Order: sequence, then C-alpha cells, then structure tokens
Amino acid sequence: MKSIKAIWSALFESLRDLLPIIVVIGFFQLAVLQQPIPNFGEIALGITFVVIGLTLFVQGLNMGLFPIGETMAYSFASKGNIFWLLCFAFTLGFGTTIAEPALIAVANEAALVAADGDMIEKNEQSMASYALGLRITVAISVGIAIVIGVFRIVMGWPIQYLIVIGYTGVVVMTFFAPHEIVGIAYDSGGVTTSTITVPLVTALGVGLASSIKGRNPMIDGFGLIAFASLTPMIFVMGYGMVI
Amino acid sequence: MIDIFKELLFTIAYTVRDVTPIVVVIFGFQLVILRKPIPNLKKIITGFVLVLLGLGIFLEGLEAALFPLGRLMAQQLTDPAFIAGDQIGRVLDWWDYQWVYLFAFAIGFATTIAEPALLAVAIKANQVSAGSIGVWGLRIAVAIGVAIGIALGVFRIITGTPLYWYIIGGYVFVLLQTMFAPRMIIALAYDSGGVTTSTVTVPLVAALGLGLASTVPGRNPVLDGFGLIAFASLFPIMSVLAYAQLSAWLFRRSIKSQPQ
Repeated sequence: MKSIKAIWSALFESLRDLLPIIVVIGFFQLAVLQQPIPNFGEIALGITFVVIGLTLFVQGLNMGLFPIGETMAYSFASKGNIFWLLCFAFTLGFGTTIAEPALIAVANEAALVAADGDMIEKNEQSMASYALGLRITVAISVGIAIVIGVFRIVMGWPIQYLIVIGYTGVVVMTFFAPHEIVGIAYDSGGVTTSTITVPLVTALGVGLASSIKGRNPMIDGFGLIAFASLTPMIFVMGYGMVI
Repeated sequence: MIDIFKELLFTIAYTVRDVTPIVVVIFGFQLVILRKPIPNLKKIITGFVLVLLGLGIFLEGLEAALFPLGRLMAQQLTDPAFIAGDQIGRVLDWWDYQWVYLFAFAIGFATTIAEPALLAVAIKANQVSAGSIGVWGLRIAVAIGVAIGIALGVFRIITGTPLYWYIIGGYVFVLLQTMFAPRMIIALAYDSGGVTTSTVTVPLVAALGLGLASTVPGRNPVLDGFGLIAFASLFPIMSVLAYAQLSAWLFRRSIKSQPQ
C-alpha cells in the first residue's frame, strides 16, 4: 500500500515539473497564434511518456548514479593514489563527451560555418574531418576540466580564482579567434554536460569533498560542471585559430 | 500509435549507446584499478537500467508531444507576416517582436524546470546543505536566470549587436557578485550555469534562434543562430548568486528586527 502511494506521489511530482511547458505551449498556441492543438491523442500519450520517464529517471538517480559516484570517490580517497584518481577524472570527462549527441550536432554545424567562411575546403571529406577534430578537442578540454576540478577539490583551492583565470582566458581568446567561431565556441560550453554525466560528476565531487579531511562538501564539492563548461570555450576558439 | 512505441525502442537503444562509454570507464576503473567489490551492486545496476529506460521514455515523449509543436511555434512567432500584423511590408524595429520576447522568457523558464540534470543537482545540493538550499528555490532561481538570458539573447539576434559584449559584460558582473556572495553558494552557482542546457532546453531554444536568424533582415542563420545557449549558461550564475545574496540579506534583517 505504502509503495503504491509513493509511486503516485512521484508521478505527481513529475507532472508538476512538466506543467509549466504545457501551460506555455498551450497558451501560445490557443491565445497568441489562435490555432487548435493538433493530434490531441498523440500529445496526451507523449506527455504520459514524459511523466513516466522523468519518474523512472529520478528513481534510478538515487539508486544507481549517485551511489556509484560516491562509492568511487570514497574508494579513490581511501586508496590515496592521486595519479589514478586524475586518470579516472580525465577518462570520465573525455569518454562522456566524445559520444555526446548534442556535441555531434554542434560540431557538424560548426563545419558548415567554417566551410562558409572559407576556413576549410567546401567538400564532405574536409568538413567531416573538421567536425571530428572539433569533437576530439572538446572532449580533451572536458577531460582536462574534470582533472583540474578534482585536483582543486583535493587541494582545497577556492573556486573563484580558477574561474577568474578561465574567464580571462575566454576573453583573451575572443579577441584573437576568427569571429565566425566565437558563437559556436560560446555555445559549446553549454552543450557538453549531458543528463547522465551531470549527476555522476556531481556525486563524484561531493563524495571526494566529504571523504577528504578538511573539505566542506558544500564549498568544495561542487564546481566540476563549471570547469567542464568553461574549458571547451577556450579550446574551441584555439582550434579555430589553428585550423 | 504503433509508431510511437517503435520509435521508443530506437530512442532507448540510442540512450544505451550514449551511456556505454560511461559504463565502460566506471566498471573498468572499478575492476582494474580499485579492485574492490561494489556494495549493493544489484541495486546500482537496477538504478542504471531505470535511468536508461526513464531517459529514453522521457525523450521519446518530448519528441512525440512537445518538440514538434514548440518548433512550429518558434517558426510561426518569428515569421515577419505574424509580427507585422496588418501592416505587411513595413520596416520592423526591435519592439515589434514583443511576443517573441515573451515566448523566449516563458519557454526558457518552463524547459528549465523540466530539465532532469538540474533536478539531479538540486536534489544533491539539498542533501549536502542539510535542507538549507531548497530544491524548488534553486530550480526557480536557475529558471529565472535562463528565462532572462534567452530573452536577452533573442534581443541580441534581433538588434544584431556583437555576442561578446554581452558575455564579457556578464563575466564582469558575475565576478563582482562573487566578491559579495556567501561563500557556500559560489561553487553551486557556477555549476548551475552548465546544467541548465541539455535535453529539454536545447532543441526548443535552437529552433527559436534559427527561426529568428533566418527571418530578421541582415542576419545570417549559420552565424547569428548561435549564442542563445551561451546566454542560457551565463545568466543562471547571476540569478543563483542573487538568490543567495537576497536570502542572506533577509536573514540578517530578520535577526536585527527581533526584539532583544
């Protein structure tokens, strides 16, 4: 009885999370554009899917992603080997980014822009190799970001100093990079961190900060995602300058 | 109706493919380097399966119900024929796009509330701060930031001003806020910039940017369509820092006003 009640309340919470989108789209469709809602049945089914999917995701988050991230953080901390910890950090950042669908889409767009601006030859082969090079560049930059972020947690450095350096890097690069690439570079910072990477990396950071003596999980544990959104901007502008 | 279930299987298969590198890295390090058994392995595997199924079903539902309508809406709202109304052919200035600003604001807010990655970070922040950071408080603060960011990003595309003015200006503002914000919130605020833009927000916002860049005269869709995601990642940092500053200020004031 109790578990059925828990499932209902979880489903209800997901529906509440979704309500703003339904209201916004409904309002603009009916009141502003003044058009009827097409295929009502399919939309209702889709919304049911979204609600069930979100509920399952949150359940799985607490059962799987959070515990594994924290368990690994504790094991690395008790092993005390910083080299392997940093290796893990790099592989995790690189591995989760290289296959990221949003990044693949952005890289293909970027190849189009580069071909338009006569930075590369306008044929399929050189555009494909440009897009692949860009993906590898971003993946390396996210790997480096997680390494820097993990190292910061271990050392207990205040995050704002590193962010100031990162921001300065972005600003300096902006003035030297070809201006076609700037918009793509700024956007690539936002698309690298996917829905599965974020909980995992967050749990890793918080787990590390709570298992190392003298670190506060609230002050030191967060911040890994911040680096992962900052370094791709610098690296993509660098890539635009080199190619 | 049958199609949607067939599509669902494809989406789940894609999600599995995207997750494979993560699983390989985790279990590889666990087996080769750490060489320790994982506690509650069964429960963790069940959790992974739930995450995969949940994300697959979630994405398929969005693709079936909300994305087509949202994309079409972005196209229709940015169509010059809709914006000019009865006076077709007159020159439009930035204020004529008021419905577009309102749509940008509303869709930025609404998609951020539904973003699973942000929910995950909010749950974690709530656990770590022992409840002093509310799940809803953080999500609403971030959503307001994204809403303002996207509305301003749309204004930028319409007026054609350079992107880097806004981004560099935003950086200066964030650094000033950092000097005055409570220390506890700083790392979380920086993180909330990166988590806001993923599965739900990006497709709708990209459609809006592309629609505007291809209909506003003098804009190049390949060049000017970019930049909205950058706005959506920068402004939540400001709104979360502002939220923390505001709650700290209210807290101090309530202590002062208490009778001795």
